[in-house]
Order: sequence, then C-alpha cells, then structure tokens
Amino acid sequence: MNNRHIYILAALLTVLGIGLFTYKAKVLGFPVRPQQQTQTWTIEAALRFDPGPAAVKATLRIPSLTPGYSLLDENFISRGFGVTTYIAPAGREAQWSVRQAAGPQTMYYRAVVYRDETRLAEDTTPPFPTPPELDEASQLALEALIAEVRRQSADVASFTVQLLRRINQGDQDPYVRVFLKRGDTQADRAQLATMLLAGAQIPARVAHGVFLRSAPGAVQPESILEVHDGVQWLYFNPTTLQQGLPPDFLIWWRGDDPIAEVTGGSNLDVTLAVQENLLPAMVVAERRAEQSGSHAVDFSLFALPIATQAVYSVLLMIPIGALVIVLLRNFVGVKTFGTFMPVLIALAFRETRLVWGILLFAIIVALGLLIRFYLEKLRLLLVPRLTCVLTVVVLLMVAISIVSQKLGLQPGLSLALFPMVIISMTIERMSIVWEERGASEAIQEGIGSLIVAAIAYLVMGIAWLEHLMFVFPELLLLVIVGALLAGRYTGYRLLELRRFKGVLPEHLAQ
Amino acid sequence: MFWRARRLKQEGVLGLNMRNGEYILRFNPRSRYPLVDDKLRTKQLALQANIAVPPLYGVIRTQHDIRLLPDIVREHPQFVLKPAHGSAGDGIVVIAGRSGSRYRTIGGTLLDEESLAHHLSNAINGQFSLGGVQDVVIVEYMVQFSPVFESLSYQGVPDIRVIVFRGIPIMAMVRLPTRASGGKANLHQGAVGAGIDLATGVTLTGVLGTEVITHHPDTGNPIAGVKVPDWDTMLDIAARCYELTGLGYIGVDIVLDRDRGPLVLELNARPGLAIQIANRQGLLRRLQICEQRADFNAPPAERVAFAKQAFKHPVAAA
Ligand SMILES: Nc1ncnc2c1ncn2[C@@H]1O[C@H](COP(=O)(O)OP(=O)(O)O)[C@@H](O)[C@H]1O
Ligand SMILES: [Mg+2]
Repeated sequence: MNNRHIYILAALLTVLGIGLFTYKAKVLGFPVRPQQQTQTWTIEAALRFDPGPAAVKATLRIPSLTPGYSLLDENFISRGFGVTTYIAPAGREAQWSVRQAAGPQTMYYRAVVYRDETRLAEDTTPPFPTPPELDEASQLALEALIAEVRRQSADVASFTVQLLRRINQGDQDPYVRVFLKRGDTQADRAQLATMLLAGAQIPARVAHGVFLRSAPGAVQPESILEVHDGVQWLYFNPTTLQQGLPPDFLIWWRGDDPIAEVTGGSNLDVTLAVQENLLPAMVVAERRAEQSGSHAVDFSLFALPIATQAVYSVLLMIPIGALVIVLLRNFVGVKTFGTFMPVLIALAFRETRLVWGILLFAIIVALGLLIRFYLEKLRLLLVPRLTCVLTVVVLLMVAISIVSQKLGLQPGLSLALFPMVIISMTIERMSIVWEERGASEAIQEGIGSLIVAAIAYLVMGIAWLEHLMFVFPELLLLVIVGALLAGRYTGYRLLELRRFKGVLPEHLAQ
Repeated sequence: MFWRARRLKQEGVLGLNMRNGEYILRFNPRSRYPLVDDKLRTKQLALQANIAVPPLYGVIRTQHDIRLLPDIVREHPQFVLKPAHGSAGDGIVVIAGRSGSRYRTIGGTLLDEESLAHHLSNAINGQFSLGGVQDVVIVEYMVQFSPVFESLSYQGVPDIRVIVFRGIPIMAMVRLPTRASGGKANLHQGAVGAGIDLATGVTLTGVLGTEVITHHPDTGNPIAGVKVPDWDTMLDIAARCYELTGLGYIGVDIVLDRDRGPLVLELNARPGLAIQIANRQGLLRRLQICEQRADFNAPPAERVAFAKQAFKHPVAAA
C-alpha cells in the first residue's frame, strides 16, 4: 500500500539528486574526482611602441567568439594608461589611452582560457555580403572564375575548397593572377578568398588565432577562413585546404585588420605567447558558474569560510556512516551499544587513525569500566556517578595525550573528537550488561560496536566519497533513498539465517 | 546462503525486519505503547479487566520512598522489586526470604538494607529504563512456583509466553530459568525456552541461545511432554489481553502460581523471535493463516477455539 508511496518518493529523490549532480558535473564542470585538474592556457599579447609627443591610443583586438574555448579570466596591464573594452563589429577590442607618455611603452593583455565543448560559433547567420566594387577587367575575371569554380563544385564547402586551390596556384591561374597584388601570406590568401566569396554571395571572413601548445613561449598568429553555408560556419585552412577547426586552435580576432593599432605612436610590435597551466578543477568550475550566471556556487559549500568548510566536509560524512550502520544492523544484524555510537567513534578515529583509535577506545573503556565498578561500591546516585565517569574519561584522554607526546609515540595526538559523553554512556551501559548478562555478552557487544565503528571509519575515510559529498551535497538525497528503501526491507538479516537454522526440520538437535 | 533464506521462508519463519515492518508498525499503534511499557499501568488495566496479576505491595516513586521499603514488605518475607519501565529482566530483584537483617535473593545472594536501597535509587534514576528516564519501582508478590515445572527449573519461576495476533494466540512457549539466568526466565539471560503445542498445552523441544536442546541443562530432565496445567485459562487470558491494550501483536507473559493459578506478569509490544526456535516452527506461517482465515472480531472464547484447531502442532504450510 504505502510501499508505492515510498518508491515514488525514492524515485523523485533519486532523480533530483542525480539530476543536480549531473548538471553540476557535466554543465558546470564541478570535479567528480578529488584533486582533479583542468587544463587551462594563459594567452598573452605584449604591445610595444614608442609614443609620440601627444596623446597616444593603442587598440588591441581581444578574443570574443572562441568556438571550443571559454574565457576564465582576463586582465590588462600597463603603466599610466586608462583602459576600456568595447564591442566592435568584428569582435571585442581593448583600448589603452594616455595624454602623454615618455619612452618606449609596453602593455600586456593576459587571459586564461579553458576547453569548453559547449561553446560553439554562436553568432547569428550573417547577411549576404555586398559584392566587391571592382574595375571592369577584374569584374569580368571574377565572374568567370566564379562560374568555373561553381561548375566544379557541389556545395559551399566544395566551392570554397576549389576556390582556395585556385588561389594557391597563384600566378599560374589566369583569373586569380588579376587579384594577386599584395603579399602572399596565409592571411592575404584568406582575405582574397573572402572577397571572391563575396562576389559569389557567400558570407565569409578571416579569423586569426593561435595554436594552444603545451610548450610555453612565443607563438605566431595563423589565419583560417570562416565560411557560412547558410546553416553554420565552416572552417578552412587557406594553405592546406583542410576543412574543420583544429581542436587546439583558439580564434583571437577576426577581420582584415591587424591585431593591434596605435595612433600617436610608432614602431608597434606585438608578440603573442601561450602557456599551459593546470588549475584545480573546482576553481575553473566556480568561475565558469559565475560567468554563466548560475547560483550553483553561491549556494554551494564553497561560499562558506574555509574553517566552516572543513567542519562540513566531516559533517557530510556522518549520514554515510549512518547508512553503513543501517546496512550492518538491518541487513547483517550486528548488535551495537547505542544506535549511532559507532558513527561517533568512527569520527574520532579520523583524528587518531584506526589502530590507535581502537587501542585508545579499548584502553579508555577498560579503565572506565574499572572505575565504574569501583564507584558502584561507593553507592553513588546515578547522575553523580555518570558525572564521575565522564570526568575520569576526560582525565584519561588528557593523560593519554600527554604520555604519548612524552614518549614520542604519536606526537600531537588529538583526542578532541573523542565523544566523551558517548563513551561514558557506553561504559555505563556496558557495566549494566556486564552485571546482568555476564562479561562475555558485554565484551562481545563492545567488540561488535568497535568492528562497526571501524567499518564506518573505513567507509567514511574514502577520500573520493568525502570529496563527492562536499562538492555535491545533493548526493545526500541518495542516502535518504537508501534509508527509505532499507526501511521497507522486510527480508531476513544475514545473521538470522544462522540464528533460525534450528527451526528447519532438517536441522537435527544434538 | 540464498538457499537458507528460501528454506526459512518456506517454513514461514518471521525475521526481525518483517516483524517490525509488517506487524509491529502496522498493528501496534504508538499511542498504546505506554500501556505495556509501564508495568504498573498494565497491572492496573489487567485488574480492571478481571485478569489476575501478582498482587501489588507498594510502589517506590522517589528517593524518599526508599525508606518505606521495610514497612511495605514487613508482612511479606518474599517479594519482588521491579522497575516499571524495565525490560529483558534488567533490574528485577526477587527476594525469597530473609536472614537476620539481610535479604536473600532467589539466587542465594545476601543483600543488606543499604545495597538494596542503592539498587532502588539506581532504578528510580532510570538506570534500567529505556533512554534512562526517571522510573518507579514496583514491589509485588513473589510468585510461588508451581511444582509442575520443578523438574525443569533451576530456581526461579518459569513463565509462559504467548504471542497474540489481533486477539488470537498463535504460538506459545514456556521459559525455564537456569543457573545461568539467575532465576529469571529471560532468554537473553540464559533461560531455556520450550515450545508448547497450542492445542494441548504439552511442551515440545527447547532452545538455549540459538541451539535446539532436548534436556534441561541444570536438571538434566527431558523438556518435552510436560503438560501445562490450566492451559485453557492461559489461552483465554492471553486472548483477552488484546482487548485490554488494543495492540495487535503482543507477547503475553503468564506465570503459574501454586495458589493463585495463572497470573499475568507483563505484556510486551516487541516480543522476541526465539519462540520460533523453541517450537521449531515459523511465526509467519501462523500469522498468514490468521490473516486468511480468522475472524478477528469474534469473542475471545471463539478466537481461542480457532487457535486450538488451527495451530495443533505441527502446523503445516497453508
Ligand atoms: N512477581 C514475580 N515473582 C517471581 N518472579 C518474577 C516476578 N516478576 C518477575 N519475575 C521474574 O523476572 C522475569 C522478568 O519479569 P518480567 O515482568 O517479564 O519483566 P521483563 O520486562 O524485564 O521481562 C520473569 O520471567 C520472572 O522469572
Ligand atoms: Mg518479560
């Protein structure tokens, strides 16, 4: 009856938990593994020029539409210049200006980019280009060339390839020769192609960029031809005719203009450099979320002060420990002192490490029991007696810390997390079991609790799990799902299979 | 492993998870728990319903009341101290007599006034109650052990546990104190449980811990074949405890007094499962038989008749 209710609730929580998790992991790039790093590149442009006597203005074209990459961070470095950035038709530009400057000037633009598959050439379909204005001879050559190329091609892509092939033949091509007047660099060829493509009513533009290599150092900008086929942008290497955007190519600026210009100065020299770095994935994810306007980070634990974060990274593991207890109790059937006592002991083990923790726990409980039995003789009332035991437990902890420090056993051993109150209650409870049901039962239950605590400790100590819980606290919803389902598990517990074997007719009494 | 689980299922064995999830949670309303968790209230309820219980000598409610103990038990050399919220036999002291100024427990230990007072003060402060809450201590009549079980008990009083499902007795056992259990009939403490044929009231095999046994570990006598006297009265009492509490799944603890006949000691809202080993029969099978065939609204006498007919040992699969 209400089993269905529970399954629906469990399904909802699962979808919610997994959904949030996937969104943060896949879209925002929150790291799924600890110490995960994201590859980033620092790109740098250095502008050097000699200023003239009057006001100086330097313009640098900076990345805006960068298919396959996203900008993480950028900054502008200069001395005494004011800097503004604005959107120009061809992309973004940064402008440094100053009334007066003396001596050679250097200014830097630095940006950090990271790979982002979701980033496409997302600008809208461009209008048809206006045909170039040419003299009559050139106009005729253009028309003939287009007609010829069109005959040899099927679509925009093959048209472009064919056209670029002709351009690369240079002087040998009778039509292309007409247009070859300037230099013969890659950029020139790409530029020529855009003009010819405009004559054929095909939108095209030149994109300039750098290859993001892993070896740091100066790089030369390279050009690539972008052609719009009515649906999307296609990319062509004007020299090799290779189609497609190389995966490590970062488009820096577009258009026929150079990367930088200076007015009121001279001897402009621009050098570009690239350097690869690895940043903690979380840093990248945070910035990315910030930029995409998502509040995932504002509402994540990273928004808290570091000290608080440390506390939560421990706290978030407690439900995991509790789930371990659920499994051990309801599916295996282990008995422990107090329901969640082993979880608290397991927390204490985090500071002491397992072997020391078990040893200390055993020592403290054993000494505590001795004292408890002694106090029993004094016939104290219950609460004062508990207070005595508690105080003795604290004293024991202090003594153990100091002695181990002096002996150099485990320097700086911290027992701060040892749950004293819980241990005192355990001692009390254990002494009752001891008296009423005998030492063996008490010791058995004590050892059972320790084993459960050790298992909980081991599970709670899985670094990967801890990282997951901290970065994706929504996964705790899955812990609830686990508990919900376990709460409706009505099958046998593992230890019951042995316990009830006597019921079976085939089991013979001795 | 899976095979064992399958076999247990075929035999209709009830596991803890199933007991809690399917029966206790479903048929025992939380609001009724206080009726059985507080032995004093159970006693009063039973008296109102004309069900016999060990007579109450007095109640020690506060630290101050402890001084009244000698007055309360002046006329009664034998008596029992019992924390009202205790469970599993914890904190119960059975005083079988006096030597001089000291009290002699049924196990033979001598306690002076002072150590008894200390024990009472611990009990009042909640040492034996669930969650350590304040408690009261009942001082009551010590049941006089009927000779029927003499051959099967080492000191102390055997008690009879009947599981009652919505008013229908479905399984029973007698718990026999051993040397290990210190004269108390709690299985946790080492008492022997012996199954009882519900139809006849005759004992079957026994269980010690989780082991099936045929002879009492202390007296060496065979466990099977002893007829429990007043069996029909006991079944009737057990069945009526349903109306008393409104709890659908309970264990009724009855003792057989030499002079007073069957007396209800306590009711249990979370009765243990070892009774299945003592009877070598599963509870689940009987629960399901009830759910299929029983008329839960019938008067107690008819429910007992149904139980005697349906649960004649051995009960075959439905
Ligand atoms: N009035 C009594 N006379 C003799 N023995 C008693 C009496 N009350 C309890 N006992 C012994 O103590 C055991 C536990 O008592 P019970 O009332 O069932 O409390 P619990 O909830 O702790 O099981 C009984 O099985 C019986 O052996
Ligand atoms: Mg009992």
